Amino acid sequence: MELTLAIAIAVLAGSGVYLLLRPRTFQVIIGLSLVSYAVNLFILSMGRLRMDAAPILSGANANPADYTDPVPQALVLTAIVIGFAMTALFLVVLLAARGLTGNDHVDGKGN
Amino acid sequence: MGQPMITTPTPWSDWVVILPVVLPLLAAAVLLALRGMRALQAPVAGLVTFAVLLCGLELLTRTSDTGPVSMTMGKWLPPFGISFTADVMSAIFVLVSALVTLVVIAYLQMERSESDGRSGLYPLVLLLLAGVCGSFLTGDLFNLYVWFEVMLIASFGLFVLGGRNIQLDATLKYGFLNFLATTIFLASLGVIYGTLGTLNMADITLVAPDADPAVMTTIAALLLLAFGMKAAAFPLNQWLPASYHAPSAALSALMAGLLTKVGVYALLRSLVVLMPAGRDLLEPVIATVAILTLVVAPLGAIAETNLRRAIGFLVIGGIGSVMVGLALPDMHGLAGSTLYIVHSMLTMTALYCVAGLVEKLTGRTDTREMGGLYAASSPVSILFILLVFSAAGLPPFLGFWPKLLLLEAGISGAEIANWQIDWLAMAMIGALLVNAWLTLIAGTRLWAHVFWRNGPAGAPDGAAGPVAHPLTAAQQRFGTGASIVLVGLILAAGLWPNLLIETARLAAVEMIDPQRYIAAFGLGTIAP
Repeated sequence: MELTLAIAIAVLAGSGVYLLLRPRTFQVIIGLSLVSYAVNLFILSMGRLRMDAAPILSGANANPADYTDPVPQALVLTAIVIGFAMTALFLVVLLAARGLTGNDHVDGKGN
Repeated sequence: MGQPMITTPTPWSDWVVILPVVLPLLAAAVLLALRGMRALQAPVAGLVTFAVLLCGLELLTRTSDTGPVSMTMGKWLPPFGISFTADVMSAIFVLVSALVTLVVIAYLQMERSESDGRSGLYPLVLLLLAGVCGSFLTGDLFNLYVWFEVMLIASFGLFVLGGRNIQLDATLKYGFLNFLATTIFLASLGVIYGTLGTLNMADITLVAPDADPAVMTTIAALLLLAFGMKAAAFPLNQWLPASYHAPSAALSALMAGLLTKVGVYALLRSLVVLMPAGRDLLEPVIATVAILTLVVAPLGAIAETNLRRAIGFLVIGGIGSVMVGLALPDMHGLAGSTLYIVHSMLTMTALYCVAGLVEKLTGRTDTREMGGLYAASSPVSILFILLVFSAAGLPPFLGFWPKLLLLEAGISGAEIANWQIDWLAMAMIGALLVNAWLTLIAGTRLWAHVFWRNGPAGAPDGAAGPVAHPLTAAQQRFGTGASIVLVGLILAAGLWPNLLIETARLAAVEMIDPQRYIAAFGLGTIAP
């Protein structure tokens, strides 16, 4: 599980950085999204990974050490919402810039 | 640990900690709903900002008299509940941010257009103020991330208002790089929570000394990268000159006053107060960044011909000075950094305001096409040269005092008296002086080109200067008026700096020994 998650984070972050370095605005936005997905998964993993168990405490005598920490999950939820809003905003500005300048280069060449 | 719940309600007087965030947020929502009523927008925004100013004043007097004030949300005691905490440093920044916003709202009145009310200008300005105040006052690192995003979205909106091509281009550059910075900050939050098990600032100061120093250095490096990008420190500064000249002059004045300062505030708070162990190992890096920023930024200003882009480079140079205090965190260094942030907020906002007046007078943005403005408007030219002197840090002006404190920190850090010379500190002293010299060259060069010479470059001597568009009555009253108020404040603070220096020293004492800050959360006694 740890290995799978680590590889997933690495692939997401790597592809994200590659796309961030591309010259087209749409590619950069997708790159930013991928990097923030990688970061979200990373934070999730900070709450410890546990498989094959009920997600909620069962019974009064349950040992909290057997369960994952719920705080990172709450943090990730917030981060996902904010990232989603930012991506939507970026896409709107991208479309406006593309429409007005007829160009989608990050340096706005051809203005 | 006792009862984890708060049983008594927060005293009413403590609500002043949260008011600088709540008031602008509420007012922004109301103004957005009432966007049809254009006449209402500016007065309400001004009133609310004035209320925030009063809250900042109250917070400052309270924190400097009796120590930090804290308020915890929900009923959970910290470190579980989210706390808002004001110490002297955050209180003084809230106060100055509100002041700057108020002046910019007044300045905005000079070019009222029909579309102002509908486009949501004032709600966005208030949202930006809420985000900035929230960042200064929050006592929780994840909450700081949320306020960063509030600020980012509000400034994003302000950048696109008007929708000219150049603005869209600037918005994308600004947005991409700042969103990347907050994402890196988010990653570092993951490491912090994974290592320390807490995100509450006071709790972090308690737990951090026992943590593995290698991990703490990793965290500090990530934070330095993220906040350095936000603050536009040298290798990460490219978004600032690419974007600040695009929106209207009033809005770039607002952003120059507020945005980068939140970045350096976060650096001071997180590296000096929260995890000094991580900072210590990074000290050479911070010092190098400070030196490079100090030297390279004003060179950019000298090379630049677009007036507002050139001023953007001067903003970056100021960030270098604050970084010097971060590299030499003793009494003088931290007090100097705090005071420099105050100075930079006021001076840079005023410079952009005056630059806006110059652009109104000439109808141009490129200094090569300007000239001879002294004859057309001597008040504006006097304001500009005074601000250049203040930015460079000439003695009677506000910019001189923080630089003096920083130089003192550098001299004590260099240990010249003991003959164990620390060359990095020596280099920082040199960089501070070179920065003052280069800033003076860049500023006076701008002044000579825009105001002093007869006409634009290439025009024959004695030829008439470019046609000046005289300022309308409203532009005189609000534009020049707001600039004069700011310059007057800078002059007064420069001539009577004692109160400000004392306050900055108080802030530095609290940064070096955060016991009272921790106690305000009610945490110090619980710790083993």
